[in-house]
Amino acid sequence: MASHAIEIKSLYKIFGPRGADYIDQVKSGLSKTELNAKYGHVLGLQDINISMPAGGVMVVMGLSGSGKSTLIRHINRLIEPTSGEVLYDGVDVCRMNDRDLREFRRHKTAMVFQKFALLPHRTVVENTVYGLEIQGVPAAESEKRARYWIERVGLTGFENHYPNQLSGGMQQRVGLARALTNDAEILLMDEAYSALDPLIRVDMQTVLLDLQKELKKTVVFITHDLDEALRLGDKIAILRDGGVVQQGTGQEIVLHPADDYITAFVKEVNRGRVINVETIMKPLAGNPEGMPVAKGTVLEAAARAMTAAGQSTAHVLDEASRPVGTVSLDTIIAAMVTPTGHGAETQQAA
Amino acid sequence: MALCDSLPALLCKFPALSDATIRAGRKTIDDGFRGFVRSYGTIIDAVVQPLQVFLNFIERLFVTSPWPIILVAMLVIVYLGSRSVKVTIGTAVAMYFIGLFGLWNDAMVTLAITTVCTIVAVVLGIPIGILMARFDRVQAVVNPTLDVMQTMPSFVYLIPVVMIFGIGKVPGMIAVVIYAVPPMIRLTNLGIRLVDKEVLEAADAFGSSGWQKLKNVQIPLALPTIMAGINQTIMMSLAMVVVASMVGVGGLGKNVLGAINNQFFTVGFLNGFALVAIAIIFDRTSQAFGKRLQKHSEVVHG
Repeated sequence: MASHAIEIKSLYKIFGPRGADYIDQVKSGLSKTELNAKYGHVLGLQDINISMPAGGVMVVMGLSGSGKSTLIRHINRLIEPTSGEVLYDGVDVCRMNDRDLREFRRHKTAMVFQKFALLPHRTVVENTVYGLEIQGVPAAESEKRARYWIERVGLTGFENHYPNQLSGGMQQRVGLARALTNDAEILLMDEAYSALDPLIRVDMQTVLLDLQKELKKTVVFITHDLDEALRLGDKIAILRDGGVVQQGTGQEIVLHPADDYITAFVKEVNRGRVINVETIMKPLAGNPEGMPVAKGTVLEAAARAMTAAGQSTAHVLDEASRPVGTVSLDTIIAAMVTPTGHGAETQQAA
Repeated sequence: MALCDSLPALLCKFPALSDATIRAGRKTIDDGFRGFVRSYGTIIDAVVQPLQVFLNFIERLFVTSPWPIILVAMLVIVYLGSRSVKVTIGTAVAMYFIGLFGLWNDAMVTLAITTVCTIVAVVLGIPIGILMARFDRVQAVVNPTLDVMQTMPSFVYLIPVVMIFGIGKVPGMIAVVIYAVPPMIRLTNLGIRLVDKEVLEAADAFGSSGWQKLKNVQIPLALPTIMAGINQTIMMSLAMVVVASMVGVGGLGKNVLGAINNQFFTVGFLNGFALVAIAIIFDRTSQAFGKRLQKHSEVVHG
């Protein structure tokens, strides 16, 4: 199953009965506050341009009111855009007719919700087959597939329980199983883990990462938690007041925050778990010294391994196990504790 | 009065239309309606003929079947509905006393008309309620209509009904249904409108069609409220049997009506209590049945 990338191009959403009338003014610079004060309309999204990687996890992060839930609902068009395009496999979702849109939702997308949104009168297995049931898949076949995914998310034995017999974490496993049973290429997760306890949340993140390794779906994950975003995201976009402030990989955002807003965000991040060794390594001078660490290892893991081995120097190996650089425990610790700020780059350069 | 002497007549007496105008208007409408009934009466009768036959059939079924069969059937239905031995025994005792006081046949007539009226009200009410929940415009029209149906004294709408259908079971049934159907419609509408928006959104996200959403999400989640509507409808049908007896429906209501006219204290209360007993049987059974449909909401994660 080849997943495709999702391209969002100059997407705007204005909430209110006559949103389309103000789109030109917003495009030529009318701000969110002015729009609200003058016309009583709310600017939900402005000029969103994101390319979501095929087969990767795209995290959209922002605080409440930043428009992140609005954005994810444009991908399966639960919300109609005011202007712009959402392209999947060359087709603009925003221009589909009702029938095509329904087929798109049935076969290409599956969604997991913050408040689970399970059917309370159906058991776990009956909830899990929902997507297949409305596609018209025969009951025996869909139940077989549902049971497989129930097992994969760790709910074996609970097939005949009702949702309100389950804890929040287990209910969200049902939500995940329901989405996975659909076997869709796009997995939309709208603050899927925000309502869970911290430990269970980490647990569920692991479930998702493990499954993603083999499934390679195009995942769009919404969160307000930067740690979660950094852990899950192959690519992260940070939203504020309906606009994208910065997008890039976790490392790029932590090392080069685009403005003070993001600097404030990344200040609290555990940098040792985000930055990779190759980012801070120095070019190899002479023969590789110390122990080897693989490219892509995060600083914390490298430091732990080096401390355990009693080494203060290590060399970095690339995918083909060739030494490409060298790191010392000192540089690792320095990189872990130095906060980067917007403008720190320029200071260093000077 | 003294004040009125010095004021112009216009301020003292409300400027009503003249008696002659009102009389002429009334006569026109009455004659027009009578003319309508006269010319279309046979057609209307032909249209409601099947209903008449059905009502007669149900009534005869209830009255002419041997009483043990009816009693056993009732107890079985009550038990299957409520799954409660207490309610079933209560039903048996109530029916025993109804029979003991010689009210068995009358109770059967009342039971028959109530059953038919409830079925008609449910069959009409649920689709109207669904339409109302789906389209705000339908709600804007239906809501005031229901207000009129619920507040207009039933004797008033009985006048045209009797003019059209004469005396008998059909006008009685129409009067009962007009009175009993509003809660069914209102509660169906309310139940569907109260369905969790998140769950509906999930149904949309998986590509449900309108019908799939209705069948899989809206109706099941609205079911507790719809069941409350059915329960209310049954209670209101029973409350209307006395009024219905004025236009020729027999049964317990007719006895009550007779007791009112003749000031038969004992007869009135006996029949009244028989109605109460039937109402309680219906109520407990339908409520327990509704609760059992909601078994999934009772077991809660600890």
